[in-house]
Amino acid sequence: MKLGHTLLTAGAIVAAMTGSALADKTLVYCSEGSPEGFDPALYEGGTTLDVNIASYEGLLKFKAGTTEVQPGLAESWDISADGKTYTFHLRHGVKWQTTDYFTPTREFNADDVVYSFGRQIDSSANKLAAYLPDSTYAYWGDMSMPDQVAGIKKIDDYTVELDLKAPSSPMLANLAMQFADVVSKEYADSLTKANNLAQLNDKPVGTGPFTFVDYQKDANIRFKANPDYWGGKPKIDNLVFAINKDPTARMQALLANECQVMVYPNPADVDALKANADLTVLEENGLNFGALWFNTQQKPFDNVNVRKALDMAIDKQAMIKAVYQGLGEVATSPLPTFMWGYNKDVKGNPYDPAKAKQMLADAGVKDLKMRVWAMPVSRPYMPDAKTAAQMIQADFAKVGVTVEIYTVDWGEYLSTSKPVDRDGAVIIGWNGDNGDPDNFLSPNFGCDAVGGGNRAEWCNKDFDALLKQAIQETDQGKRAALYEKAQTYIDQDTPVALLAHSLAVMPMSKKVTGYTIDPFALHHFENADISE
Amino acid sequence: MLRFILNRLALVIPTFVGISILSFGFIRLLPGDPVEVLAGERSMAPARREQLLHVFGLDRPIWEQYLSYVWRALHGDLGVSLTNQHPITQQFFQLFPATVELSLCAMIIAIVLGVLFGMLAAAKRDTWVDQVTMGTALVGYSMPIFWWGLLLIIVFAAGLHWFPVQGRMDLAIFFKPITGFMLIDSLLSGQKGAFQSAVSHLVLPSIVLATIPLAVIARQTRSAMLEVLGEDYVRTARAKGLTESRVTALHAFRNALIPVVTTIGLQVGTLLAGAVLTETIFSWPGIGKWMIDSIGHRDYTAVQGGLLLIAVVVMVVNLIVDVLYAVINPRIRVH
Repeated sequence: MKLGHTLLTAGAIVAAMTGSALADKTLVYCSEGSPEGFDPALYEGGTTLDVNIASYEGLLKFKAGTTEVQPGLAESWDISADGKTYTFHLRHGVKWQTTDYFTPTREFNADDVVYSFGRQIDSSANKLAAYLPDSTYAYWGDMSMPDQVAGIKKIDDYTVELDLKAPSSPMLANLAMQFADVVSKEYADSLTKANNLAQLNDKPVGTGPFTFVDYQKDANIRFKANPDYWGGKPKIDNLVFAINKDPTARMQALLANECQVMVYPNPADVDALKANADLTVLEENGLNFGALWFNTQQKPFDNVNVRKALDMAIDKQAMIKAVYQGLGEVATSPLPTFMWGYNKDVKGNPYDPAKAKQMLADAGVKDLKMRVWAMPVSRPYMPDAKTAAQMIQADFAKVGVTVEIYTVDWGEYLSTSKPVDRDGAVIIGWNGDNGDPDNFLSPNFGCDAVGGGNRAEWCNKDFDALLKQAIQETDQGKRAALYEKAQTYIDQDTPVALLAHSLAVMPMSKKVTGYTIDPFALHHFENADISE
Repeated sequence: MLRFILNRLALVIPTFVGISILSFGFIRLLPGDPVEVLAGERSMAPARREQLLHVFGLDRPIWEQYLSYVWRALHGDLGVSLTNQHPITQQFFQLFPATVELSLCAMIIAIVLGVLFGMLAAAKRDTWVDQVTMGTALVGYSMPIFWWGLLLIIVFAAGLHWFPVQGRMDLAIFFKPITGFMLIDSLLSGQKGAFQSAVSHLVLPSIVLATIPLAVIARQTRSAMLEVLGEDYVRTARAKGLTESRVTALHAFRNALIPVVTTIGLQVGTLLAGAVLTETIFSWPGIGKWMIDSIGHRDYTAVQGGLLLIAVVVMVVNLIVDVLYAVINPRIRVH
């Protein structure tokens, strides 16, 4: 007893001694994982992109809190009449960051842009292999850039020309993504000379709002405000990422003021966080959708009426409450309601178990037994797939369908849910990359994606032709009309039971101001401030 | 003695071969591969998949991959991680000091308190002291680490603010690590409050990690002591009129140590296993957390290389324990 008391007193003294105040404004962000590296072109995980956007920028960027493309390192751009030549006019007077490992001798110019794109374009011929062993320009490949980009050239120090193989309307949105960020050619050259180009992936030098200071693997990442930032020095002096994988522990760290902003709370904790007087919880529509994917090539799911009936059997409102804790809305289209091209006239199939039962009987389906796949992980579009699967099981039981819930480890889930001969319906969804409707429709419903991301294994030629036509179209109004029409095909055919668009939720200390939630689920701190 | 050590070392070779096969094979037996996890929800065109498999060297026959892995491992090259492209050995040695520091602190707590409670329980056999300590040990042994860690965080960190929730050092204090051991580096840094911060960050995770080994050691000490206390020479010592404390501390305890040391040696494995969960809860940047992340990513090179290095560490520790055992108990050397 005495020993315990002594220990506790000692602990209290130690804790009191460590609670030192900081002179500078430091914002600590409780992040969910470790970055894979610091070269923006090598990785595509959101955790890594969060770190990249602190120090790097591209020619274009998304306006804070929206999917709207705006000037970044390029002040303006022209697109040729045939839609195949993009000319970018670069910003003058942009300084590269000065760090203890690199001192720039010149400002940002066209050479940097040509280098940053050139290395990815050149790698296309070499299986996308990048400069590190076992590395590739993954996002460049996954956004099909090798099929679209022919080359890049410098016109003068402040003008570059990007040539495409064919017109591609989503290109501007692609260029605002992180893989298109610009790295310093001078820095890369100096590293190459020292035979140490690998450092490009360890110690970043960008033009962005924060300058890299240090990374302690799996523990924390430190940045300081870039005093030379062309957009103005950020209001906070230091930005620290404190890495913690566990959402409960992250929440406790926020409550203990060890961090002031946290990412991805447990949905079940959100009410308690909202009730806390010291915290604000920001909410915004997420760029995502969650769904139950039928295998449209297998009986009886090849029958559209069976799919519609099952879709109508799911009580989605109840699911929003139980699975999303109210932080979401029922999806009627894969596209979120705030996105351009969203078709508001598509209403989806109504919840009607009685009619669903009748439709199944009419289709000759009796005593159907099926498998429903429940993801083992929480993703922004589906926080708790196990509960979702149980609710679907109960809903389907009411229309006479017996569900066996099936779950495997995430790596296995991703791979074994793809093949066309897969058994059962899969719960999975999509987080948008660039806010372009094509990014929601082609990877998930295009004929090319059957056996891959199109886990409905659904290929509708008319729908596919619309998507292909829309990519070539340069007028956004006309493109929007094509996508609106495309959504009616999904509505009629119901290849998936659309479940929900979730809300992005960010709990933070009331002391934090100026923070905007990003629809891409990335985290920007250049406009954030913190009061003492 | 030398012959004894050489004999033990000879056993290391087949163990090494076995572990290299297991660590190489297990992660590959899991369905899904690094390319799948990289693609996530996304579709991946067969051509692109082949490209990636080729870049990762996974398109070669499995035996060729294994031989190349062993060949390179024997030359000290464990390759680079498939997820972050950093050399495996570099990552291991970056993270290993954190795990060692945490494990050592936990081990010290477990040994000191475990032996103490075990002896106490044996000395006060069948009294309430015995029942309370052994009952507590049983609870400790059955404690789910994840739950226990979160409970301590909620009460002592978030609730009472006595200890920090996560990490190894107050984020307001910053210095570049030299040894990787925060207790040493914080002193070397000369920064005010750094050492205290390092200690306060160690308290909760060490307690959590120490819990199971502490319980095991306490129970083992008690039963070893009880056995020894029943021996003839103890009765003789008592008959000679020695004080009870002298009998327990000198005559009985030294002999009871032999099985206890073995138990302590075996707890090294338990500690590393427990470190996986403890590190995850307290966001402690060590090798346990690293392995869990790598398995999730199907990072073949990181898992096979990391497991091999961990196995080497466990083998070395067990070798040391064997030698120590021989020092304490001369009979081992003779046989």
